[in-house]
Amino acid sequence: MMSSQPVLRVSDLTTQFDTQDGVVHAVNSVSFDLRPGEFLGVVGESGSGKSVTMMSLLRLIPMPPGEIVTGEAEYDGVDLLQIDIDELREIRGGKIGFIFQDPMTSLNPVLTVGYQIEESLRIHQDLPAEQRKARALELLDLVGIPSPEQRLKSYPHELSGGMRQRVMIAVALACSPKVLIADEPTTALDVTIQAQIIELVKDLRETLNTAVIWITHDLGVVAGVADRVVVMYGGQIVEEATVDHLYEAPQHPYTMGLLGSLPRLDQKGMDLVSIPGSPPSLLKPPQACTFAPRCPYAFERCHSENPPLTAIDETRKLACWWDVENERPRYDD
Amino acid sequence: MTTEGAAAPIASPRPYEEPLVSVRDLKKHFPILGGFFRRQVGAVKAVDGVTFDIFYGETLGLVGESGSGKSTIGRVMLQLDDATEGTVTFDGIELTAIKGEQLRRIRPRMQMVFQDPHASLNPRMTVASIIGEPLKEHRAAKGSARKERIEELLELVGLEPGHANRYPHEFSGGQRQRIGIARAIALNPDFIICDEPIAALDVSIQSQIVNLLQQLQAELGLTYLFISHDLSMVRHIADRVAVLYLGKIMELAPGEDLYEDPKHPYTRALLSAVPVPDPKVEATRERIILEGDIPSPAHPPPGCPFNTRCPMAEARCSAEVPAWRELASSHWVACHFAE
Repeated sequence: MMSSQPVLRVSDLTTQFDTQDGVVHAVNSVSFDLRPGEFLGVVGESGSGKSVTMMSLLRLIPMPPGEIVTGEAEYDGVDLLQIDIDELREIRGGKIGFIFQDPMTSLNPVLTVGYQIEESLRIHQDLPAEQRKARALELLDLVGIPSPEQRLKSYPHELSGGMRQRVMIAVALACSPKVLIADEPTTALDVTIQAQIIELVKDLRETLNTAVIWITHDLGVVAGVADRVVVMYGGQIVEEATVDHLYEAPQHPYTMGLLGSLPRLDQKGMDLVSIPGSPPSLLKPPQACTFAPRCPYAFERCHSENPPLTAIDETRKLACWWDVENERPRYDD
Repeated sequence: MTTEGAAAPIASPRPYEEPLVSVRDLKKHFPILGGFFRRQVGAVKAVDGVTFDIFYGETLGLVGESGSGKSTIGRVMLQLDDATEGTVTFDGIELTAIKGEQLRRIRPRMQMVFQDPHASLNPRMTVASIIGEPLKEHRAAKGSARKERIEELLELVGLEPGHANRYPHEFSGGQRQRIGIARAIALNPDFIICDEPIAALDVSIQSQIVNLLQQLQAELGLTYLFISHDLSMVRHIADRVAVLYLGKIMELAPGEDLYEDPKHPYTRALLSAVPVPDPKVEATRERIILEGDIPSPAHPPPGCPFNTRCPMAEARCSAEVPAWRELASSHWVACHFAE
């Protein structure tokens, strides 16, 4: 299913925001690949830069105050950060679909569901009206909306949260994109509805072979569906691994802390390990490891040098000076 | 605080056998007004007949999806909203029968920790005046005694005495929740309702707050009602758990029993929907995907509230409200077919 040629390649992406309090270093030198058909989980807390990274790729951040300082985002031979805006618009919604967290604010309240699904078909594909309608119907059916003919005429407020999110997914999938970016698509939903949406995306990925980037703060949500997981902290990727490796043997102290602080539905009795302190301020560029102030393993080097994201074996990349397994500094020669 | 082996004569996780709070057939209906004369045309049955006890020193978890009525139950229990029907008894005093000064005298003994630490702290008050307000309002301490108590409280919740003169905006979400907790314990309450106390916090901060709540419970002998939609965290913190759906309790049991052997089809579906942060477990888990959405509490279905989504539903379920029965020791369920 996965070929070696990535469908999306992001390198050295740095995004900043100019605010009243100073420059916010939201994303710092982020690099990752997405392979065709792959399901990539991007995990991080609020302010970790996970959403800004993905919004930057499609130049969806407000500029100014936002600024993409450096970086490349290569999709199908072009750099999304360099091409002109008309060309980018072809790709947005056409080749790369986006689902946002809150379906209420991302759907237009005064337009019918059918109109909004057909809109992207109108923009990206040259189809006669009848075929557009047929395709919209097919999409609503695909995302599991009951009585789709009637729903085409509904307005967003007439639908429940779960149904709205299904409509958002239908809109995003309208032009059969190669990449689907989902930004916390289930965070606003109840757990039984979340299960429905996860199941839906899982099925869709198999039938359509779309690569998915699923942004979440919940390590549980991606455990069952992702192939690979990227963990972000303080605007940087701190660990990247295949899903099995990441959960079984996390190597970054932050990933370890995060997994340790999660209670589990299938176990009881463990004490929750809490990570002391709070997430870093992004007002300074990272000159040291951003996690060092909260890290139980931090030593001198962590406070003076920012560890780069480095491949430590075939399936894992890590940004940490400490070797947790051997209990000694890494790269110490 | 964990359940001992099943061999114990009465499988009971209760540290004490006496209920501190008893809720009996509690209902809260919000009127829907309509028509030219703004007459009542219907009612949102937010809470529709719930009965449970909370025992001294225990944590009762109250779980449910949005719109299930869990927050409303909390608010009615503390008499922040009037009950439509039913009673709430706190330490032998029927709260639903008293008001005014009588009620005010009991208030210090029952407190609440709110979900959003941004909205529940007055941005114009210093931390000292926020935490000191209950002390002042109930004339518990003044002058230097109040100042000392405030410092003591700050220390109890893991803040520093130096924080007293700062304002809420200077703190992170987790620290703000600590301030909210300090305010709640200022008057040495017996009972605290924690209404989604961690829902607005980052994952790495949630466990800090839960650990603090558990530590305070052990130190101060508190009794908690822990309202949450996070079933994993409820398993961690609660001794017994009540599962709410459309304003009714579907199942109530000691935590271990509920999570290991859920009897109600809704509890089963709910538990199966919660993702576990372990790919190996996820790969083998069977997920019960419920069809459709929660019905509106303004038009709950007849019979069992869950019958519209229940995979086991039969004709009887939409005709007859299931009885609330004790299936096994302390394991209560409202389902015709649970066994």
